[in-house]
Amino acid sequence: MLSRVANSIYWINRYIERAENYARFVGVNTSLALDTANIPDAMQWMPLVATTADEELFKELYGEPSQENVFNFLIFDDRNFNSVYSCVMNARENARTIRENISIEMWEHINGFYYLVRNASKNRHNILPSSRDFLKEVVQGSQLLMGIEDSTISHTEGWHFGKLGRYIERADKTARILDVKYFLLLPSVEEVGSVLDMIQWSSVLKSVSAFMMYRRTYGQLFPQKIIEFLILDRYFPRSVYYCTVNAQHILKSILKSHRASIKTPAMRKLAMLSSELYYTNVKEIIKFGMHEYIDRLQTIINEVNDNIHETFFAIKN
Amino acid sequence: MTFEDYDIEGFFDEMFTPDHQIKPGYIPFSKFVANLSIDDLVQKQHAAERSLMALGITFNVYNAEGGTERIMPLDIIPRIIEGREWDRLEEGLKQRITALNLFIDDVYNAQRIFKDNVVPKSLIESSKCFLKPCLGLQPPQGIWCHITGTDLIRDQHGIMRVLEDNLRCPSGVSYMLENREILKRTFPKALDDTQVRPINNYAISLREMLEYIADKPSPTIVVLTPGIYNSAYFEHAYLALQMGVELVQNSDLVVKNGYVYMRTTRGLKRVDVIYRRIDDTFLDPLTFNPESLLGVPGIFEVYKKGKVALANAPGTGVADDKVIYAYVPKIIQYYLGQEAIIPNVPTYLCENPEDMQYVLDNIADLVVKEANEAGGYGMLIGPKASAEEHELFRKKIKANPRNYIAQPTIQLSRVPSLAGERIEGRHVDLRPYILYGKEIVITPGGLTRVALRKGSLVVNSSQGGGSKDTWVLYK
Repeated sequence: MLSRVANSIYWINRYIERAENYARFVGVNTSLALDTANIPDAMQWMPLVATTADEELFKELYGEPSQENVFNFLIFDDRNFNSVYSCVMNARENARTIRENISIEMWEHINGFYYLVRNASKNRHNILPSSRDFLKEVVQGSQLLMGIEDSTISHTEGWHFGKLGRYIERADKTARILDVKYFLLLPSVEEVGSVLDMIQWSSVLKSVSAFMMYRRTYGQLFPQKIIEFLILDRYFPRSVYYCTVNAQHILKSILKSHRASIKTPAMRKLAMLSSELYYTNVKEIIKFGMHEYIDRLQTIINEVNDNIHETFFAIKN
Repeated sequence: MTFEDYDIEGFFDEMFTPDHQIKPGYIPFSKFVANLSIDDLVQKQHAAERSLMALGITFNVYNAEGGTERIMPLDIIPRIIEGREWDRLEEGLKQRITALNLFIDDVYNAQRIFKDNVVPKSLIESSKCFLKPCLGLQPPQGIWCHITGTDLIRDQHGIMRVLEDNLRCPSGVSYMLENREILKRTFPKALDDTQVRPINNYAISLREMLEYIADKPSPTIVVLTPGIYNSAYFEHAYLALQMGVELVQNSDLVVKNGYVYMRTTRGLKRVDVIYRRIDDTFLDPLTFNPESLLGVPGIFEVYKKGKVALANAPGTGVADDKVIYAYVPKIIQYYLGQEAIIPNVPTYLCENPEDMQYVLDNIADLVVKEANEAGGYGMLIGPKASAEEHELFRKKIKANPRNYIAQPTIQLSRVPSLAGERIEGRHVDLRPYILYGKEIVITPGGLTRVALRKGSLVVNSSQGGGSKDTWVLYK
């Protein structure tokens, strides 16, 4: 498969997965804000910006972290490369240039998805006050794309690169969303374990659609268990471990079909990471420091992405 | 519905004789249509348009404000050509392309035709399309013009003439193929009753030709496109898909160790044949236009050494020139010792002082064209232009006579077409597609282009034209 085409499919999936995560995350936080009206906007909303690592840009463009500003920044602003709008636009551009390599359904869906977000962007003043429906459509747009890819694209190289992009993006985003708790400050140390604390933790779970599944697995909300669920759980499809081990399997399929060595850097890193996560105990994560551990995860995930790029997509001479 | 109200308006009509009799080729079609109302026809037209949209048969328009993709309009009433007439045209087209191929080869090699004073050498040397790097080149199998679209028109006396030869990157074949698919859905019975020659083997013939010019069996073939912003991108993708070959952009290709490779996820893969839809001068910034961002650096050297085949061969533009066009009958005589089977349109060459004077004096009655432009741009239609426009062109001609030719305004033949809720005549031309491989293969008919605007003679898609399906009868 042409490197350029594989690269585009990989990124289409990364961008759409990113858009889904942002939309869900913002949606949940909007809901949370209604339950914590006594907390100032800045404290409520800045953590979201902080986890996306676009704080500098946000300050430059908006200065003040009001709900409206953060919402626009993360959802509609085309000056933010990671906003939902930018993601969907870039996904569409990529899809356009590889139209012959994807199914008609996939193209039509991405194209329609783009127009949905673009029209909402033009109408953003009306969206903000009642954003729930729109954000839900964004999430569903991403989920639908996955379903369409699964059922209309042959499960060969192109499809594999798409899934690889999905899982790598998802691993990164689950980690980041978990990390938001690090930035969500409680008004005082006494509040640890309080109702507010628990509300914040449950919104973290909801931000990755994990609330129900967590409850079924563990029952009561315990921060340690939540961290364990989101990073180490073997069955929940958004856990960092799950994403990592599946990315590994997919990469192995790709390399096998190439009859290439599985010792490429991306493979080694993924395999080592998934092994580590398989055997890690959550207590070790806490001891290391959750935030620091998540930072480390993100670094490794980025390195894997770069290795994949070098191995399969980059210009070779 | 009948065609009683249809007005021929004094033009040569493809469906009706001057005394309003239906020509034999159209009889089955008219019988079928007799059972439909005009509303039925309009509905069928809309259904066809929806199919076009659903299939994404589009093109991009240069110079349109905010324009990107547009649907190529199709008028569902077919243009029908009788078998015998087509057989003669086919013979004439084969003759013409054989001679042109020999001409181009001669221009870049022995140059006998100049030495024998049949065509002035200065004409070629002053042509923008004469590429010095192609001098001395021997392309595979001696073929330069692998894919040609020769535009034919029928004048007011019913005579088919060649309007121009498109030897560089002729487009439109994808619309020809898709139009037939749509008409199969629109008029299945009429198509069946009319006994029309099939055209669906184009992609197979194209692939065969591309394999023929490779130096090995089972070569790796690619279609090289400038990218999605090119007006014919849909066609590039369509043909690649139909042939089962990869569609690439210049960034996918790299020259290494004297060969051309494409970048794949498994590493570099060698490419043997490139059907390139990029203009000659943009092909290779190391050999041609250094500012080209569309080319593959070093590809021309690989081609020169015979390590990759290019279709069409660079340099064919030298015969794709409206001034050279005027010499084609002489060219056919020179290489084949034959008289042209299909005549040209009478042409005045402004670089000829007598011709130039005639053109300046009669510009209001003539069609003036720039020697190298395509797509209907850079053209003056005398009878439809203003006095200012006439004057503007007179100045242009005097400034650069070699760059201009003029022809009498031909009253192109017309075919009944759907204009809103009425049937009216619209002017058409015909572009057959000629493949030159082991044999010369011409798909029956070709793309009939139609000037959709009432009274317009400009058929180009980029300027408000549309197309029709072309039915060539077995008989």
